[in-house]
Amino acid sequence: MNNLTDNNWILSVGTFLPLLGALAIMFGTSRDDERTPKVIGIFTAGATLAIGIATLVLFDYDQSQNLQFFVDAEWIEVISSGYTIGLDGISLPLYFLSMAVTFLVMIYSWDNMPEAGNPKAFYSLMLILQTGMAGTFIAQDLILFFVFFEVVLLPMYFMIGVWGGEQRKYASLKFFLYTMFGSAFMLVAFLAIFFQTGGESFSFAWLYEMGAGIDRDVQIWIFAGMFLGFAVKVPMFPFHTWLPDAHTQAPTQGSVILAAILLKLGTYGFVRIALPMLPQGAEAWAPVIGILAVIGIIYGALGCLAQTDMKRLIAFSSVAHMGFVMLGISTLTTFGINAALFGMVAHGLITGMLFFVAGSIKHRYHTLEISRLSGMLIQMPKMGWILGFAAMASLGLPGLAGFWGEFPAILSAYNPHPALNETLFRTLMVIAAVGTVLAAAYLLWLYQRTAFGEPTEEFAGHSDAEHEAAAHAGHDSHGVAHSLSSAANVDADEHHDDIHDVQPTEWIAWTPFLIAIVVFGVYPQLMFKVLDPAVTQLVNTISAGIPQ
Amino acid sequence: MIGMISSLLAQADWSSPPIDWHAIAPELILVIGINVVLLIDLNLAESKKWMIATLTGIVMLLAFIPVVTLGLELDGVPRELFDGRYVIDEYALVLKALFLLVGYVVVLMSQNALEDGGYYQGEFYVLMLCSILGMVMMASSRDLISIFVALELLSIPGYMMAAWKKRSSVSNEAGVKYYLMGVFASGIMLFGMSYLYGATGTTALTGEEGLGALLTDGSLSGLEVIGIVFVLAGFAFKISAVPFHSWAPDTYEGAPTPVTAFFSVASKAAGFTALMTLVFLAFPNASDVYGPMLWVLAALTMTVGNVLALRQTNIVRMLAYSSISQGGFILMPLAYAGDVDAGGSALNAVVVYLLVYAFMNLGAFAVVIAVSRKTQSGEISSFGGLFNYAPGLAVAMTVFMASLAGIPPLGGWFAKFNAFKAVLDADTTSAYVLACIAAVNTVISAAYYFRVLRTVWVDDVPDGNTAPINPPSPIIAALGITVIGTIAVGVYPRLVAGFGNLSDLAGTVPLLG
Repeated sequence: MNNLTDNNWILSVGTFLPLLGALAIMFGTSRDDERTPKVIGIFTAGATLAIGIATLVLFDYDQSQNLQFFVDAEWIEVISSGYTIGLDGISLPLYFLSMAVTFLVMIYSWDNMPEAGNPKAFYSLMLILQTGMAGTFIAQDLILFFVFFEVVLLPMYFMIGVWGGEQRKYASLKFFLYTMFGSAFMLVAFLAIFFQTGGESFSFAWLYEMGAGIDRDVQIWIFAGMFLGFAVKVPMFPFHTWLPDAHTQAPTQGSVILAAILLKLGTYGFVRIALPMLPQGAEAWAPVIGILAVIGIIYGALGCLAQTDMKRLIAFSSVAHMGFVMLGISTLTTFGINAALFGMVAHGLITGMLFFVAGSIKHRYHTLEISRLSGMLIQMPKMGWILGFAAMASLGLPGLAGFWGEFPAILSAYNPHPALNETLFRTLMVIAAVGTVLAAAYLLWLYQRTAFGEPTEEFAGHSDAEHEAAAHAGHDSHGVAHSLSSAANVDADEHHDDIHDVQPTEWIAWTPFLIAIVVFGVYPQLMFKVLDPAVTQLVNTISAGIPQ
Repeated sequence: MIGMISSLLAQADWSSPPIDWHAIAPELILVIGINVVLLIDLNLAESKKWMIATLTGIVMLLAFIPVVTLGLELDGVPRELFDGRYVIDEYALVLKALFLLVGYVVVLMSQNALEDGGYYQGEFYVLMLCSILGMVMMASSRDLISIFVALELLSIPGYMMAAWKKRSSVSNEAGVKYYLMGVFASGIMLFGMSYLYGATGTTALTGEEGLGALLTDGSLSGLEVIGIVFVLAGFAFKISAVPFHSWAPDTYEGAPTPVTAFFSVASKAAGFTALMTLVFLAFPNASDVYGPMLWVLAALTMTVGNVLALRQTNIVRMLAYSSISQGGFILMPLAYAGDVDAGGSALNAVVVYLLVYAFMNLGAFAVVIAVSRKTQSGEISSFGGLFNYAPGLAVAMTVFMASLAGIPPLGGWFAKFNAFKAVLDADTTSAYVLACIAAVNTVISAAYYFRVLRTVWVDDVPDGNTAPINPPSPIIAALGITVIGTIAVGVYPRLVAGFGNLSDLAGTVPLLG
């Protein structure tokens, strides 16, 4: 097919290199060695990211609607499933994001291993996770997609279950069973569409072509199965209840990856599989998706206002944000789906950042109870500012990435696909707009309670910043120097309660996130121009399948 | 035709039928092996009894050789013996290989358990070889009589093996329960067979005058329907399908663990082999009778097995119920064996599932044996913190449990996927309903498999004893075979996906006409 380049090895290498790293860690290092697994892990993730950058460079942006680096090899002949992979404008941002996030999370873990320790297992699991995530975004065959989609389950289950918080057993099993429930029905739906299209191939291209020919009623049923699988993963209201538990209990690294990438597997599945393969099913289900999305926006926001735990609050905000993404998708228009895809990346960056900050706060204060946190700007000015920045981005401040995901998604509901009910979607638009106000409310309130004011009594006087103010008023540069040195060697005894400002590993891990949030906020065209041709083609496929 | 032959035979002098020695070489090697093992055991000093296990393993491997050479020579043309009542085709060879492989792995697993317990080793291996011989024969049997003989040959040693822990009352209970239920099932089956014979006048499955040609939907007499139902019910006991499963948990828990592994994999596979042979060769045109029956059995088996497994605290009992529920998944495609579209994929799905299931379930039992050697306990909680002191076993257990739950890219997912595919191939409402029931069951089963994994990875070591486990080398070998098998099939399903083609089995009969 569209063999645009000769470099069709690059996707396979980029996807499976982490797996090699994981094997190297599993069999090449000893358990007592804390350092080597980290080195191998970061090195592998770095090499993978380098391949990702090479992919960005080699990608032909003028043809982003076509699959590039396309490979179509035999895999399981008997069931007509192939090793079919390729990358187009829709996949590229997410594929690259997964590589970048894994690499940065690994750097962050250098100094911030969760309490259970054992970097050997932790780093191997993260690398396996990376293979699953990247593979999902490049798969162009339903069975291959399903395999990768499921591969991410196990590592995440163990990350939450082993390195998580107090309720980790409950949260990890809940996460697992919810997702499993969805994917079981998804698999039935995949098989159903396979047989309904003549049982010849699982490849996306074939199903795009043939799927539209399935009877409308059958399409609606098959869509229902896929809907279950993807909606649980997104998660959409009312399938979202696993998310707050999983996020709250997961270690920081787990939360970041979950928010930045795993949730996108669901929305990506809708865009890549459910919509174009079953246009009439999508058209029938669009109002339901739209309504559930808007309920999610309002419900998530109200849920945020009721939370007393910072991490749980961010988790609920994810439900709201993914509501905007799903609203954009449900319009079935180029505009809406572009916004949704942009929103996915933006949400990944911003919420990932928020979870990073939450993790670091937890690391220092050993609590995330909002009522116990106060005066962060006094104790850790830089951390406080970063939290503020991420919160502003999250509430959709123009000029930052969050805006371009949210605002166009709302706007797109004004003009949904002609086959959809305009009045309904315009009503949804208004309600979703109210959601943005609520988002501003809960985020600003969170920021006000944690960052402003004086530090609470139990933590007052424990921070570096306060030490300095008390001891040497003249040493302005000391704070930075101190945090630099303390990163290399945190003396647990002497500084047990010390509340440090942002440390070097954190700076390294976070700066790319912060830069990306600004860059995409100021110049969203950077991503839209990659997305748009691919989305236009996708929407054409959908429209062609909906009888006027 | 058979009548013609017999009348011809009556006129002529009787001469022995031509025997294809190569075709029955695996069985012959096993028979010779059984005698050799028995004789050597008689003359072996107590301190050298361990050699018997090695010898048994060698016998199985020797029997494997003709299976391979036959496979290479076969080239799509089945070799028939005894008037087509004993057939060596690819289908039979794949299953023979499976039984021999399972037998070999079980020998590896039993070796140390028997030595440590001071049990009668020689006799045990002789009985096991007898049982394997029965299974190997089952794969080729194409006649009600030979199916029954094979079944008894594989079952009767099993009754004794279940009660092998002579001084343990649970083990004796296991043996007696298994025996009573097994005999009861045989009785029901024979009763059904007698009706079938009475109604049709033949015991052969294939051929123009065989059961396959005579039993046809629409023209079935009441007698024939009862016969079919009773024969199937008899095998439902064997594969512990609900509601005929009540013997399984007690027997599995009471029997020595390697024997349990043997029952839950080999005996079950033999039961399914007989079911497949009957459904595809004897009743292919009676799908109105067996279709609904197997549909209900499959749905019940997977659901009840799962729900009961959720409540278990003993790992062996949990695996017992899990194997009941897995049996439901294996049974599922057979309900659509009569469908023109789904028939071929159904046979393939069952054979592939049996292969994968053998690897993952044997592996799980091998881990249980290795761990309980140290903890002396069968409780799931005794696996707490395994990851901290025996990471290798913990990872192996993770592979097996995740595979049983059907997580890609492990073997179990391909087996489950194939089963789903076979059912949906039928493309009827009832097929979609069954697939949805199975989908829900997949989730339920994940709950208890992952509870084990949670214990292994997350919980604390219950008694604080974190001395590392050094499993004996036979167990390590068993684990190696099963782990590699489980992963290889999942990553590269083409390895097994070609097994169980309908055309191989159907070479002898005009099927699904």
